[in-house]
Parts: sequence; structure tokens; C-alpha cells
Amino acid sequence: MLEFMLRRLFAALFTLVAASLVVFAVLEVLPGDPALVMLGMEAQPDTLAALRKELGLDQPLWVRYFAWIGDMATFDLGRSHAYKTDVATMLLNRLDVTLPLAVLAVSFAVCLGLPLGIMAAANHGKAGDYGVMMFSQAGIAVPNFWIGLLLVLVLSLGLRWFPAGGFPGWDKDFWGSLHALVLPVIALGLPEAAILARIARSAMLDTMREDYVRTARAKGVPERGVLFGHVLRNALIPIITIVGLFFAFQVGGAIIIESVFYLPGLGQLIYQSINNRDLVVIKDVVILLTVMVLAINLAIDMVYALIDPRPKIKA
Amino acid sequence: MTPGSPLHRALRHRSFLIGGALSLLLIVTALVSLVWTPWPVTEIAMARKLQGPSAAHWLGTDHLGRDVLSRIMWGARNSIAVGLVAVTLGMAAGVALGLWAAARRGWADELISRMSDLVFAFPAVLTAILITTVFGPSATNAIIAIGIFNIPVFARVTRGAALSLWGREFIRAGLAIGKGPLRITFDHVLPNITSILIVQATIQFAVAILAEAGLSYLGLGMQPPLPSWGRMLNDAQTYMYDQPSLAIFPGLAIALSVLGLNLLGDGLRDILDPRLKVLRVG
Repeated sequence: MLEFMLRRLFAALFTLVAASLVVFAVLEVLPGDPALVMLGMEAQPDTLAALRKELGLDQPLWVRYFAWIGDMATFDLGRSHAYKTDVATMLLNRLDVTLPLAVLAVSFAVCLGLPLGIMAAANHGKAGDYGVMMFSQAGIAVPNFWIGLLLVLVLSLGLRWFPAGGFPGWDKDFWGSLHALVLPVIALGLPEAAILARIARSAMLDTMREDYVRTARAKGVPERGVLFGHVLRNALIPIITIVGLFFAFQVGGAIIIESVFYLPGLGQLIYQSINNRDLVVIKDVVILLTVMVLAINLAIDMVYALIDPRPKIKA
Repeated sequence: MTPGSPLHRALRHRSFLIGGALSLLLIVTALVSLVWTPWPVTEIAMARKLQGPSAAHWLGTDHLGRDVLSRIMWGARNSIAVGLVAVTLGMAAGVALGLWAAARRGWADELISRMSDLVFAFPAVLTAILITTVFGPSATNAIIAIGIFNIPVFARVTRGAALSLWGREFIRAGLAIGKGPLRITFDHVLPNITSILIVQATIQFAVAILAEAGLSYLGLGMQPPLPSWGRMLNDAQTYMYDQPSLAIFPGLAIALSVLGLNLLGDGLRDILDPRLKVLRVG
């Protein structure tokens, strides 16, 4: 168990180092002169020279790489060139929007998708099953930003139940902020609910064919007990895998959905930083997101080890 | 036609038939757009802007008076081109890596698995953003980003399928008569994993169309004035209060294409071999 966790931790660290090298290579080495990328072709020579000095471009590559890693490790993320503010503070402010959005969207997907999947498996081959499968196929095919647009069209512009975009901020208006997140959460969570329903259904159906389920039925365990006590418990592994992946999807999803609803989150920050060519911010945000995805993957591995009722097999 | 033959099963499989029809519609639309569209796709006519569906413009006109149907037809071409090239690139690289990992095991296998983790830790949109930051937005860069995302998908599926083959008797027999790992890979492994590759490629095509739509919605795909479905939805957002149909049709085009390819993939799996393990990410 300990060896398994250490192996996973080591693998995650390796991935992180590799990712940091790739990001560094793409953003610092590939463009030739990052200062020129950030300021554009028509920049004045003295401004260019000043920025080169500010970014430390006069140093050799390996010094710059380790300086960056050292800064990241001590949470000194530098200053944004475009916003003229501290990157770390900016990221924390943006997480105020993106973190609740991600957690609420995944919760929404679980609360909708898991019961649908269980229901479909329990009614295998009947109308309820077909209904869930149709919802699932449709939900997987529909892009989340289109769901967002349609929600805005009907519920904001048409019925005026929800704001079409923007975010008041938690301190200013808590309920208003929550209200502003309803449509983005649905848009982000609905396709994920569709995926989860499908995965949960097939995981449950696979488990239902197992001998121990037949044994449980044969010894007279009530159907509800079979379904939740034996089938669901053993079908949880693929379900948890996909829920963990959803958190990673939120990163990509947030960039698009925050654009649709003009939410000042991490996704918008990345998007604006590309337009501003703010390499300092992009570099840090990409690594931060990678760390988050890797941390979630590690957490899932731990959960596996905890819930898996079968004997442990070496990784 | 013998009952139970693949063709027989295909013609009785509902999702295969619906998916096949929708995919065919997508391809035919794209092919027709090569020679004919109702109106020129980039022709601007402010006098007839933001019209709803009519006899002259079946799906209406956009904020610059361009014909929406013509632009959707052209967008089909764009989606297919991006999807096809991205999946082909990803499949070529991924299958090669997966076959190599399965044949060599050991460090090669470990290296490829870790590289897969690395790419999976990067959402496709982030890869695209990194590429665009340096090289600027274009359809080509969208293709590269989606292609890179496809490599580990195919590498994993290929490795898994190939590994289970390497333990089988006919491969050990091949080894026994002195065939090298390369010969065995091409003579026995590759021909036996084509079913899963066909199914996975169909699913990845659907994923690629969705990803392209997302990237071009953000302005990271095909550049104006040429149309892409995602970009059309982005433009629609500004004008949908005046003309709601603008926000409907491009989205419907994306959803029906993706639905068609997914149904086709599921149908193919059922017909070829229901036990195939398809990877679903994206």
C-alpha cells in the first residue's frame, strides 16, 4: 500500500517536472525572444531592453528555468506585465469564481447523472433505460457553450429569470453571486451528467453479472439491498475515476464557459492573457492547473485503495 | 445475406443506421460545399442582415447579411478537415507508440505511460492556448493541438489491446519459429487490433469536432471571414437577442454531427466485437 502510494507520488512528480520543462520550452525558448512576443514587433528598443532585464532574459536558460521553479515553490509568482499586479493575488481572486463553479458543476453532474445511471441499470432493457440512454447520447453530443447560449437565450433574455452574465462578487452580494453561477453550472454540468449516467449504468450492469450478486439474490437479500449494498459498491471505481476526470475537464470547460457568461475566473484570465500576450501569467497558470490535475489524480488513487473491496494487486 | 453476418447485423442495428445516416449527411454536406453553396460564404450584404429563415435564405442571414446555410455547409468542411487530420495524426503517432510499448515492455512502456499521463494532465484547450500564444491562432494550430491530445488516447488503447495479444499462443508460435518483434507486430498484432482502432477513431472524430467547435468559439480556430461552427456561435451571442435563430442552427449542426459519429462508433463496436474496450475522454 505504502509502496503503491510512493510509486504514484513519484510518477506525479516526474510528470510535473516534464510539464514544467515543456511549458518553459514552449513559452521561453520556442519564441526566441519572449520580450518581443509580449511587446509586439513595433516595440521601442529601450522598452524591449527594460523588459528583457525585468524578465531576466540576459541570464542563461538553465538559470532562468531554476529561478522560475524556485519562485513557484515559494509562491512568488512574479508580476503580470499586462495587469501590473502580483500574479499570486490575482490567481487567488480568480479562484473565488472558478473553484465554486467547478465544485458546483461536478456536484450537479453527480446528483443528476448517478441516480439516472442507477435507474437505467435497475430497469435494464425497459423504457426508463432507453430514456436515460437517449439523454446520455444527446448530452454527450451537445457542446457545453451551446447549452450556455440556449440557457441565456431562454432563461435570461426571454424569461429574465437569471442574469445573462457577469459576477457581482461574494462579499458584495452573496446570493446574487450564487444566482449568477446557476446557468454556468448547468451548462458545464449537464454534459458531464450525461457521461456519468452512461458510465454508471454500464459499471452497474457489469457488476450485476458477477457471481456474488447472484449469490446475494439467491440467499434472499432484498433487491434494494442488492442494488446499493452489492452492485453500487463494487461499481464505484469507474464512477469515481470519471468524477475525478471531471475536475480536470473543468479547467478546459471553465475557459469556455467563463467566456460565455463573462465570469471573472481563472479561465477568463488565461484567455485574456493570451490576447495580452502575458507570458508570465500564462506560464504560472498552466503549471498551477497541471498541479491541480495531478493532485486530483493522486487523490483518486488514494480513494481507490480505500474503497476497493478486492485484495490489493501491485500497481 | 446470411443471418448473423456483420452486414446482416449492421442493417438491423438501429444506432448504427441512425449514426451512419447522420455521418453521411455531414460528409455529403461538406462535399457539396466544395462545388456549390446557395450563396457565396463571405459575401457581405448589410441590407439583408439578421433575417430569419425565408425562401431565399433557408436558415436566415447573420449580422453581416451572410447566408447562414451556406456558412454552415462550409463549416462542415472545416470541421471534417480539422477532425480528419487531427485524428489521423494522433492515430499514426499513438498507434506506433502503443505497439512499441507493448512489444518492448520495460522502460519503453513506462516512458510512454508517463508521457500519456502528461498529455492527459493538460486539457486540449490548454495545449491549444500554449500553441496559439506562440504561433498565433489558426485552423492549423487547432489541428496540431487536437492531434497532440489524440496521441495518448490511441497509444493507451493500442497498448492495452496489443499487450493482451502478446500473451496469446499464435504470437508465441511466431516467436518460436524465429520471427522478430517487428515482424510479429505487423503480421499478427496490428491486423488483430484494427476493429478497436476503427471504433476508437470514429469516437475520436466526434471528440475532435467538439474540441474544434470549442476552440473556434474562443477564436483559436479557423480565422474570419471563413466560417466555423464555433465562431458562428460566438458571433451569434452578440446578436441573438435580435435574431435567436443565429444561435440555434450552428449548434444543431455540431450536436447532430457529434451524435451521428458517436452512434456510428457505438454501432460499429456492437457489430465488430461488443467486448472492445473503447476509451472515452474529452
